[in-house]
Amino acid sequence: MQSEERLSFWPRDYNKTCKKNQVPTLSMRSSIAILEILNLLISVPLHSLESADAIRRASEILNQIPARATGAYSHSQGIKGLRDTIAAGIEARDSFPADPNDIFLTDGASPGVHMMMQLLLSSENDGILCPIPQYPLYSASITLHGGTLVPYYLDEATGWGLEMSELKKQLEDAKSKGITVKALVVINPGNPTGQVLSEENQRDIVKFCKNEGLVLLADEVYQGNVYVPEKKFHSFKKVARLMGYGETDIPVVSFQSVSKGYHGECGKRGGYMEVTGLRHEIREQIYKLASVNLCANISGQILASLVMYPPKLGDESYESYIAEKEQILSSLARRAKTLEDGFNNLEGITCNKAEGAMYLFPQLHLPQKAIKAAEAAKKAPDAFYARRLLDATGVVVVPGSGFRQVPGTWHFRCTILPPEDKIPAVVHRLTEFHTAFMDEFRD
Amino acid sequence: MAALDYESINENVKKAQYAVRGELYLRASELQKEGKKIIFTNVGNPHALGQKPLTFPRQVVALCQAPFLLDDPNVGLIFPADAIARAKYYLGLTSGGLGAYSDSRGLPGIRKEVAEFIEKRDGYPSDPELIYLTDGASKGVMQILQTIIRGQGDGILVPVPQYPLYSAAITLFGGSLVPYYLEETANWGLDIQNLRESVAESRARGITVRAMVIINPGNPTGQCLSVANLKEILKFCNQEKLVLLGDEVYQQNVYQDERPFISARKVLMDMGPPISKEVQLVSFHTVSKGYWGECGQRGGYLEMTNIPPQTVDEIYKVASISLSPNVPGQIFMGVMVNPPKPGDISYDRFARESKGILGSLRKRAQIMTDGFNSCRNVVCNFTEGAMYSFPQVRLPPKAIEAAKKAGKVPDVFYCLRLLEATGISTVPGSGFGQKDGVFHLRTTILPAEEDMPAIMSSFKKFNDEFMEQYEDNRGYSRM
Repeated sequence: MQSEERLSFWPRDYNKTCKKNQVPTLSMRSSIAILEILNLLISVPLHSLESADAIRRASEILNQIPARATGAYSHSQGIKGLRDTIAAGIEARDSFPADPNDIFLTDGASPGVHMMMQLLLSSENDGILCPIPQYPLYSASITLHGGTLVPYYLDEATGWGLEMSELKKQLEDAKSKGITVKALVVINPGNPTGQVLSEENQRDIVKFCKNEGLVLLADEVYQGNVYVPEKKFHSFKKVARLMGYGETDIPVVSFQSVSKGYHGECGKRGGYMEVTGLRHEIREQIYKLASVNLCANISGQILASLVMYPPKLGDESYESYIAEKEQILSSLARRAKTLEDGFNNLEGITCNKAEGAMYLFPQLHLPQKAIKAAEAAKKAPDAFYARRLLDATGVVVVPGSGFRQVPGTWHFRCTILPPEDKIPAVVHRLTEFHTAFMDEFRD
Repeated sequence: MAALDYESINENVKKAQYAVRGELYLRASELQKEGKKIIFTNVGNPHALGQKPLTFPRQVVALCQAPFLLDDPNVGLIFPADAIARAKYYLGLTSGGLGAYSDSRGLPGIRKEVAEFIEKRDGYPSDPELIYLTDGASKGVMQILQTIIRGQGDGILVPVPQYPLYSAAITLFGGSLVPYYLEETANWGLDIQNLRESVAESRARGITVRAMVIINPGNPTGQCLSVANLKEILKFCNQEKLVLLGDEVYQQNVYQDERPFISARKVLMDMGPPISKEVQLVSFHTVSKGYWGECGQRGGYLEMTNIPPQTVDEIYKVASISLSPNVPGQIFMGVMVNPPKPGDISYDRFARESKGILGSLRKRAQIMTDGFNSCRNVVCNFTEGAMYSFPQVRLPPKAIEAAKKAGKVPDVFYCLRLLEATGISTVPGSGFGQKDGVFHLRTTILPAEEDMPAIMSSFKKFNDEFMEQYEDNRGYSRM
């Protein structure tokens, strides 16, 4: 490897969006910087540094914080004014009302998932339906909280479609084993699979949960990442409301984060869960759980409100904000396509399109010789391949076994995040490696 | 039965309690919404009561949050050169700024700063690889307890009174809390004999005691442990093969000179081998307390001593599920353990701000203790450290009866009446644990110095009238 290349790009399979030279949205960061500055009560004119609406937004937010103390523990659900803003953003997105009291701001979306698992799982006899492949936060948190993961397999042949018959079959299977299934996890857009569910699919899922008495845990952190014109993100809450299910008819928990979308502010640990359709006693228990950790970090809370309620048409920052957003999203869409094509051009690799999210999940159709070599090395075949890839090229991916997959199939997850100008080089390296690998192991 | 029907949710969740934001706080919030002026002394939250953030760390983090400011030619007019340099340094440690997930254990450069701080404080080297940054110390405590507790048969020794994070976490993870009582008449001192008895009693019930928690300085009790006490504790943990969990988040809040803060680790290392190589210890610290009070940033760390590598790997694995602690909080931690030094441009201001806060806390600790002790039937140990006052309120039998009639625990009854009458929102002692029939309340020493006299006289007026109302000569709740 050339040393200059090693410094300038090192594709990784972590969502280090900012690592890929993606600049945090200007007006958003300005707002937070101003909060810090204003808190110092510095009276130097800031016109040259900040836009007027960023200053105004920052002042608004400061006034919503009791005693303007950005360093104080907030309400355990998060600052009320910020939850009002987020609720307004949800309402603008869905055209259905949102209640700020349903919102729990958390350090990233993950702690919200943990809270729900803790609430739902009392023993190994309690199960949670999870998509396979899944983001391993779900398998890990279910294990940590002593429950059982009930898998439902997504169909790779139909673009990772979710079949109702598969869901029903897995539910019945679990019941027959004495497992009480408590909830259904749906990741939409999918991770690692990238599919965006059709509205019809979503309606089937909502009906299924209603009929079976399951809590719908909707991981919607990639709602800002949709790359195909024929699909759109619809929140599960909206779909349920459109079907006529009201506030008290069906429990739906929606998780959102500042780490994804076009912001990619992973390190800030900002996120929330919107908890609807739960009885008051249950909400009290969730509040109690949240209160043990006192509150989510304030900087992340503020960012979540900026993500859900960005600059509007007419605001001074609107033009630059939209330009940044479009630039990032269109670049992500292009990168997804280029990498997808790159993979599909390789012998023995098939790769579904990334309709959304930030990943590609190509399938490896490995020759027997490779599978035997992996066995000899005491590694799963996809881990064996991924390790060889790393050693040869410096490209870090995550073996499919980390996400689970249909037994006997092998995949790896790769992000679409390397900077656009580096993508051709990435494809080139992958191609070179893969060709050599197949030459070595072709049956 | 539907999944989230009250009957079918996790029993441990229902059992867990966290009084700091429990009944009293919720009632206080209701009253506040109705327009009543409330003084929140229920949680150690300095900035909410007017304590100003330190200037230097805010300047550093502001620049890190908005690095484009560093490119502005005027930045030197608003920010001092050392803040600019420090911001550049921290940004250089990240790989993509504050918005990128860091190493799941925290940025290596900041963990190194923490290790250097520990070495300077204790005189023994500390390994950055065994220091994990967390979103507040509480997350670290919860992670370690989850790692230790295998089931109901596992017991954790916890001081009574204790900070209810411990009781809540033990309940949530399905373990057993084994109490050891601090002795109020001996300044909340720790009696090793009492410890032994607690352990023996639990063992007789089939409980395997796995760990011991010490909170030093104490919360809610404020006492600072002596070196002799710490040595006894470490020997005890060594004999009984317990892991010692040292909650040292108040190490910078010490208001007397007889017993300065000494870390459990330092005492352990001073004791030398073999014990210094055997006792398993996890120490916790935070940016929320001290003179920083940056509670809302959620910055903390845990430091592991004598923990086997395989166990460390498991702890790392669980940390990685959350990807990383929040990066701004990590930077606050870096600046806290590596503050401006004499000679730095920002030093004078930083030292002035810090000393001002600590001096005021020390004064307020005394004002509150004296104020409580001047009240009828109230006895209050001096707040040696931390941020709280934990007076004992000797409730007359008639008051206890009235409480029972109202369906409330006696100290909850008292604290609710106090809240309604004065707007002072405290946490009843039952939230922390106390001896049977002995009642307390916890307040913080954080209200502004100039507000203290009014608050204490308001309390005294309420208390003395309450006692007048319920007293007769039948005798009192006693120590």
